[in-house]
Amino acid sequence: MTIGLVLVSHSARLAEGVAELAGQMAPDVPIQPAGGLPDGSLGTDYDLVSAAVERADRGDGVVLLYDLGSAQMTAELVAEADSGARKLFVADAPLVEGAVAAAVAAQGGADLDGVAAAAATAVGQAGGPEQEFAAGAAGARAEPTAEAVAEPSRSAEVVLRNQVGLHARPAALLARSIADLQAEVTVTFRGTEVDARSVLALMGLNAGGGETVTVQARGADADEAVQRILDLAERQFDE
Amino acid sequence: MGCTAERLALALRAAAAVIAVHRDELVELDRAIGDADHGENMHRGFTAVVAKLVGGGFDTPGAVLKVTATTLISTVGGASGPLYGTAFLRASTALGDTSEVDGPGAAAALRGALDGVVARGKAEVGDKTMVDALAPAVEAAKAAAEAGGDVAAVLAVAAEAGERGAESTVPLVARKGRASYLGERSAGHLDPGARSTALLLRALADEAGAS
Ligand SMILES: Nc1ncnc2c1ncn2[C@@H]1O[C@H](COP(=O)(O)OP(=O)(O)O)[C@@H](O)[C@H]1O
Ligand SMILES: [Mg+2]
Repeated sequence: MTIGLVLVSHSARLAEGVAELAGQMAPDVPIQPAGGLPDGSLGTDYDLVSAAVERADRGDGVVLLYDLGSAQMTAELVAEADSGARKLFVADAPLVEGAVAAAVAAQGGADLDGVAAAAATAVGQAGGPEQEFAAGAAGARAEPTAEAVAEPSRSAEVVLRNQVGLHARPAALLARSIADLQAEVTVTFRGTEVDARSVLALMGLNAGGGETVTVQARGADADEAVQRILDLAERQFDE
Repeated sequence: MGCTAERLALALRAAAAVIAVHRDELVELDRAIGDADHGENMHRGFTAVVAKLVGGGFDTPGAVLKVTATTLISTVGGASGPLYGTAFLRASTALGDTSEVDGPGAAAALRGALDGVVARGKAEVGDKTMVDALAPAVEAAKAAAEAGGDVAAVLAVAAEAGERGAESTVPLVARKGRASYLGERSAGHLDPGARSTALLLRALADEAGAS
């Protein structure tokens, strides 16, 4: 299962830049920029967006993100014109945060709904780490159930041995390392607890190199989840 | 007499000429509250429409509107592309495969166009968009058709109402589209999309309504 992303922007360079940014955290996800008009000027081009959707679709569906209102209309028109041949969803989300959150969810194997939900709940970073971060691989996450309470749990203190701490790439690696596991995993730093599958939330912790964070996992794969994160930190996030 | 596919194609070519003449005016209107491209967008779109229509060979007015729609969607570039594209598409659907548009048919096509624009852009009357020109045109067309007006009569009152509707956007504060980013500063300017809608309605009335 790999959902593709199409980034519809008025500007070719903006779309390409966001694709680059999101792609860094999701190397296996087809992310197609669709910005600007064929002559290089600003605008959104229906045919360009259609072609990008075709390239991004591996058969599981495509989530489209947009920058301004008319890009939304073009994206919706493409989705409508397709009339069910592909699974397409136009996400109402901030372009940059939405693309990153969607890319990470797609990398984790989320389905169309999961990727769409990850994009839709992505929020800006301006509020700092105190803010509630709802972003992340919503679809890839095992729903917390009543039984989960009785399921195994494990926690560990993890020292961030790499230089930059939970910066973009390490945060993405951490989130991805546990994407396929059956466990609810959180990371706590200085009193703020966030979902370990949300790259944006992890970055929002501002946990720098040398700091110690607490990892807590609950669920069938709790042990494995904590172990993988410990290993990752031990390897200095492959830096 | 109704409006055939051939006459409608001629009317749209006339509309394209009107857009070409008013291209700079639309650019200037969009410069005041937008990004100065509405004239270029419309000109590019309708130039492409003319290229599609010159060959002729369309069986129904609906087919003419449909090719106009898809061409505008592919070529306009700005917000007005998907909006006008959806408008022409819904107008085409409203006409079905009728071979000649009569008064009620014209009113229904305009209604379809408005519904399309609203479905696509979610604007209401008073938001300072093309809806402010199109909505009163639809109302006027409906009344004229119900009073027994033919295509010419229906389109004539629609064009008049569209022009008045476009003028009504001047004092408004934009709540949709790019101009909405300006907030209060958008007041005091004619909305470019409302102006182009009025121009199109007038061109269609003059040509499609002529017999
Ligand atoms: N959501 C909307 N609903 C209806 N009309 C809209 C909407 N957004 C923009 N418009 C219309 O489109 C016009 C601008 O078109 P254009 O300049 O071609 O596109 P852009 O705003 O992308 O540059 C506006 O003047 C307005 O009439
Ligand atoms: Mg414009």
